[in-house]
Amino acid sequence: MPIQIEHLTHAYMPDSPFTAIALEDVNLTIEDGEFIGLLGHTGSGKTTLVQHLNGLLKPTSGRIVVDGLDITEKGVSLIEVRKKIGLVFQYPEYQLFEETVAKDVAFGPKNIGLAQEEIDRRVRHALELVGLDYDDVADRSPFELSGGQMRRVAIAGVLAMEPTVLILDEPTAGLDPAGRHSILGMIRELHQSGGITIIMVSHNMDDISTLATRLVVMSRGRMVLTGTPREVFQQADLLTSVGLGVPQAAQLADQLIAEGYDLPRGLYTQEELIEAILSLRGKEAGAC
Amino acid sequence: MLKDITLGQYMPGNSAIHRLDPRTKILLTLLYIVMVFFVSSPVWYIFPLIYILLCAKLSGIRARQLLSSVKPLRFLLILTFILNLFFSSGSTTLFQWRFLRISKEGLMTAIHFCMRLIFLVTGTAVLTLTTSPIALCDGIESLLKPLSKIGFPSHELAMMMSIALRFIPTLTEEADKIQKAQMARGADFESGNLIKRAKAMIPLLVPLFVSAFRRAGDLAMAMESRCYHGGEGRTRLRVLKYQKNDLWAALVSIAFLAVTILCGKLIQL
Repeated sequence: MPIQIEHLTHAYMPDSPFTAIALEDVNLTIEDGEFIGLLGHTGSGKTTLVQHLNGLLKPTSGRIVVDGLDITEKGVSLIEVRKKIGLVFQYPEYQLFEETVAKDVAFGPKNIGLAQEEIDRRVRHALELVGLDYDDVADRSPFELSGGQMRRVAIAGVLAMEPTVLILDEPTAGLDPAGRHSILGMIRELHQSGGITIIMVSHNMDDISTLATRLVVMSRGRMVLTGTPREVFQQADLLTSVGLGVPQAAQLADQLIAEGYDLPRGLYTQEELIEAILSLRGKEAGAC
Repeated sequence: MLKDITLGQYMPGNSAIHRLDPRTKILLTLLYIVMVFFVSSPVWYIFPLIYILLCAKLSGIRARQLLSSVKPLRFLLILTFILNLFFSSGSTTLFQWRFLRISKEGLMTAIHFCMRLIFLVTGTAVLTLTTSPIALCDGIESLLKPLSKIGFPSHELAMMMSIALRFIPTLTEEADKIQKAQMARGADFESGNLIKRAKAMIPLLVPLFVSAFRRAGDLAMAMESRCYHGGEGRTRLRVLKYQKNDLWAALVSIAFLAVTILCGKLIQL
């Protein structure tokens, strides 16, 4: 189910003295099975962009075609779109409201009018996907869980809609390293075994570099760069100029190259760098 | 939908009206309300009209902005007009159809009450358009201060008001975000009958309340860690001081009030 974004422009409060252009002429096609890392400084338009993808915001101009259907047209059944494209907001745990975890996760499936057995199956499955024990949490109040668990429940609430595209807006914001690690592992699992297309907004280069198959860099409402992580992280100057950086491994590799070490260009993961350094030492040892 | 909520309609500026002491503006608004109630016949609304136009001229507020403050009241105005039109007793009948009767007196009363409402709202709009919410709170606190002698919590009241005002945009934003998050899960806030719509608000209201309480807790903690202990002995950044302009504004306003009362009493229309 490819998503085509064509000449998307969005202005907040148009025709008023407070007009702010949030997105300007964004063109992007997202193919099935991709893992898109959406990067950008605060206020670069990332969140505005993802809110367009399931029709929460209407563009000022331009269009978005999901599976051959233009979702920006009037009269399109947005509930159909939202079934296919799940959106997990920043700090999603603040949207929990039901008395029990199971009821909260069931909110989405219920809204799309599924039968009770199907709802139960999906709730069970979704909680399993986020790594929570159904029997343990189902009947507890979501408000007595820990922050990380609440976030999992909130993500399960979106997964229970069984979307084919999952958008996550800063899913690790405000979590401790352990919580961050397990959420990221879960997202990787969803992409690899679940076959779900993932779009993840982040400004943590190290998180995104190991997960994404393609990166999209936004700055001031425009898309400035897209490509594989390797391609994108070679443009260190451009990334710095839009207020971002490169992963720590890439930084170290650049410094080593500048110091005269003969490392290959375009390294960005820790594993790659370690391997390259080790093979370099091997070469030096061999030369002796 | 939620973006339309605007309570603070303050228009920043630096006119003579903007610079008046907030206390003066609050008191003169009260004076103006008295003036509107002293108007005895629709003709004499000419004085509040001149007064408002003068304020608008001095402050640089456009007539359109003033009139837009009447907009939320349109149903109340129509209701007031209709009720007064049909249910006032009067001797001169202008129109009769079965039990519906419009008298000349009824028509005049209807116009009179609607004008009164419009003038009250536009007049107070001058105050809120030219005074920032913070200045307004400071003014109210200062005016209520004498009451604290008899145990009235004037400082606490003002603090509560300014905190409430400050959190309106924050909570609006929060509500907008939660609403979108629930819509992404297929929630429908816009269709269905009244009961269905009221029920649809639960997924919005519960998280909003939880978040409001959390914010309140955080704020209380932050205030306490900065040694807030109430109004006693507290000094302020901006000390309110009456200027010469405040005196002039008061004199002009009192003159308007006097003329309105005299005209209403002496010239019977």
